[in-house]
Amino acid sequence: MNLPLAFFGGVDPWIFTFSFITVAITLWMGFRSAKTSKTASDFFVAGRSVSVGWNASAISGEYLSAASFMGIAGMVMSSGYDALWYPVCYACGYLFLLLFIAGPLRRFGAYTIPDFAEGRFDSPMFRKIAVCFVLFIGFFYTMPQMKGAGVTLAYIFPGLPYWVGVVLVGAVITLNVALGGMKGITLVQAVQYWIKLFAITVPIFVLMAVVGFYNGQVGANLAYGETNASAANLNHATGIERKPLVAKAPADPAWIAPFGPLTTKAVNAAAAALPAEQRAAFLAEHQKPYSLVYTYSLIIALVCGTAGLPHILVRFYTNPDGVAAKKTTMWVMILIGVFYVFPPVFGVIGRNLMPELYSGVGAKGTDKVVLELPTLISAKYGVVGSILSGITCAGAFAAFMSTFSGLLVSMTGALAHDVYGRMLRPKSSSAERMVAFKLAAILIGGVAVTLGCFVEPLEINFMVGQAFAIAAASYFPLLFMSVWWRGMTMKGAATGMLTGGLCALGAAALTNLGTLALDKGPMGKIFAGFAPLNGYWAEHPLLRILCEQPAIWSVPLAITLMIVVSKATSAQVPADIRMKMLVLHAPEKLGLKQEYIQDHQAGAGH
Amino acid sequence: MSSPTPNHDDVVHSEPFLRSLMRRQLALSIACAATFLVALLGLPLLNYFAPAFMATRLAGFTLSWLILGVLFFPFVWIISYVFIKRSLRLEEAEVQDLHHVSQK
Repeated sequence: MNLPLAFFGGVDPWIFTFSFITVAITLWMGFRSAKTSKTASDFFVAGRSVSVGWNASAISGEYLSAASFMGIAGMVMSSGYDALWYPVCYACGYLFLLLFIAGPLRRFGAYTIPDFAEGRFDSPMFRKIAVCFVLFIGFFYTMPQMKGAGVTLAYIFPGLPYWVGVVLVGAVITLNVALGGMKGITLVQAVQYWIKLFAITVPIFVLMAVVGFYNGQVGANLAYGETNASAANLNHATGIERKPLVAKAPADPAWIAPFGPLTTKAVNAAAAALPAEQRAAFLAEHQKPYSLVYTYSLIIALVCGTAGLPHILVRFYTNPDGVAAKKTTMWVMILIGVFYVFPPVFGVIGRNLMPELYSGVGAKGTDKVVLELPTLISAKYGVVGSILSGITCAGAFAAFMSTFSGLLVSMTGALAHDVYGRMLRPKSSSAERMVAFKLAAILIGGVAVTLGCFVEPLEINFMVGQAFAIAAASYFPLLFMSVWWRGMTMKGAATGMLTGGLCALGAAALTNLGTLALDKGPMGKIFAGFAPLNGYWAEHPLLRILCEQPAIWSVPLAITLMIVVSKATSAQVPADIRMKMLVLHAPEKLGLKQEYIQDHQAGAGH
Repeated sequence: MSSPTPNHDDVVHSEPFLRSLMRRQLALSIACAATFLVALLGLPLLNYFAPAFMATRLAGFTLSWLILGVLFFPFVWIISYVFIKRSLRLEEAEVQDLHHVSQK
C-alpha cells in the first residue's frame, strides 16, 4: 500500500507549510502554558484576570469559527444576498449581549452559566438542567467545525478522505486541551484572532487588486429588471470578467436580490411536487411571504443565540468587573465586525470566477471557496497564488482549531466541574478534578469527532446557525428573564428553557436528518429511512421552514412558559431576591457583592 | 434573620432604590435596542415592499447589499459606543446620588 504517498502526491508545498506552522504554533502555545497553569481555577477561567484588549481578542478569536471563515463565503456563493444575514447577525448579536446581559452577569460572579443558574435560583437541581444545554449547544457547534477540518485537509491533501481529516484534527485539539486547559486557550485564542484577520484580509485585498473590487464583482450580477445590455455597460466600466455559470448555480436576479434560493428552498420544493400548471400560481402566492418568515426567524435565532452561547459567556467572567465586561463586548463587536465584511467578498468573486464549485458536493463544494480562490492568480503571478492560498488555509486551521478548543473547554468544564465536581464526587480533591478534566476532554473530543464524520453533506454555516437557534430558545430567555424580571422562579425558568431548547433541538435534528437522506453519497444510504420526511415537507412548506428555522416560535414559547409557570409558582421566588437583583444591577463601587457573599455564608450556616 | 453583618434598612437596600436603578438602566438598554431593531427588522420589510428601490445600484452594489453587507457594522458600533458612554455615566450618577442621600 502506498496510500500515504498518494496523499502527498498533489500537495502544494506552500499551502502545506503555512498550515503546518499554524498548527505547530497553536500546539506549542498550548503546551507551554500547560506548565504555568496549575490549580483547578486556572483551568476553568484563567484565574479571572485578563485585560480588556486580550479578552476582546480572545473572545473574537474563539467566536470566529469555521462558519465565519469558510462557511459564510461558501453560503454567499451558493445562496447570495440572503446569506449576508449570517455575518451581520453574528456580529450584531453582541449588541443584545451588551445591552441586557454582559454587565449584570459579570457582577453576579459565577464561573459558568450553570453556576449562574444555581446562584440566581438557589437550586442545585436547576444547575443539572442547565448543564445539559452546554453539551447540546456545544455538540451542534462542534459538528460544523469538524466539517471545516475535513474540508481543509481534503483540500491540502487531495487524495485524503474527508473523515481522516476530521479524526486527525479532532485528536490533535483534544490532546491540546487536555494538556493546556483554558489558561493556554486565552492566549492562544487572542493570537488566533489576529491570524484569522490577517489570513482573510491579505489574500482578499491582493485578489481584489488583481480581479476587481467588491462593488464591481457584485455589480457584475444582473439585478431586478436589469437587462444584459445594461450589465455589459457596467462590466465594461469596471472591467470585471466572468466565467459562464454552471447549471446548478442560481440565476443572477435570484442570487443578488433578497428572498433568493436560501429562503425559498422549501416553497420551491413544494412547487416542484405540484402539477406543472399550478406551480406559477402557488409560487406567486407563497414564495415571498414564506421567505420573509424564514428571514425573520433566522434573524431572531442569530441575534438572540449570540447572547446565549455558553463558550462565549464563560469568557465574560474573566473580566475584572462589569464595566470591563461592557467595554470588552464593544471591542469584540468592532473586531469581529471588521472581519465579517470580508468573507462574503470571497463568495462573490468565487461566483464570478470559480463557478465550477457549484457542481461539487460535500468537501468539494462551495464551502472550500475561501481556500481555493487565491489560486486564481497563480496563472498570472505564479507562486503568489499558492502562498495566499496557504495563508487562507492557515486561517481556516486557526478558525476551527480555536473554536473547537473553546467549545471543548466549556463542555469539558461542564462535565468535570459540574457533573463530576458537584454531582458525582463533591468531595474530590483538586488533583482528582484535574484528572477528571482530562478524561472528560478526551470523551467529548471523541463524541465530537464521531458526529463530525456524518455531516459532510451539510453546509458549515447552516449547522452553526442551528446551534444559535438552540441557544436562542434556551439560554437567551433564561439569562434575559432572570436578569431583568425578579418574579422568575426556578420552575418557570426550567420549564421555559427545557421546552424551548428541546423543541429547537428536535427541529434542527429533524431538518438535518431530512437533508442527509437526500445525499447521493454514503450518508444518503445510512439516513434513507428519513426520506419520507421530505415528501411530507413538500406538501407543507411552511412547516419545513418553521422546522429549519425554529427561533420564530421557540423563543416566544420559552419566554411565555417562563412567565406563565413563574406566575403560577410565585410563592417560590427566592427569598433574598431583592439582594440578588441589587448585586446584578448596582454599580460595583457600592460593594454589594461582598455583602451578598457574607449574607449567603451566614445564611448557609444556620 | 440573625445575619450579623450589614444593616439592611439603609437606602441602598430599599425597594425604591432598586426600582429606580433597574428602571433607569433598562430604559437606556431598551432605547438602544429599539434603534437597532427598527433597522434590523425594517430592512426585510423594505426588501419586501420596495424591491425595485432596494435594487438601485450604488457603485455596483445594490442598495440592499450595501446596507447589509457594509453599512450595518459601523451602525452597530455607534449604538454600542453611545450605550457604553451613557451606561457608565448612569452608574457614576447612581453612586453620586447615594453619597448625596447618605450625607443628609
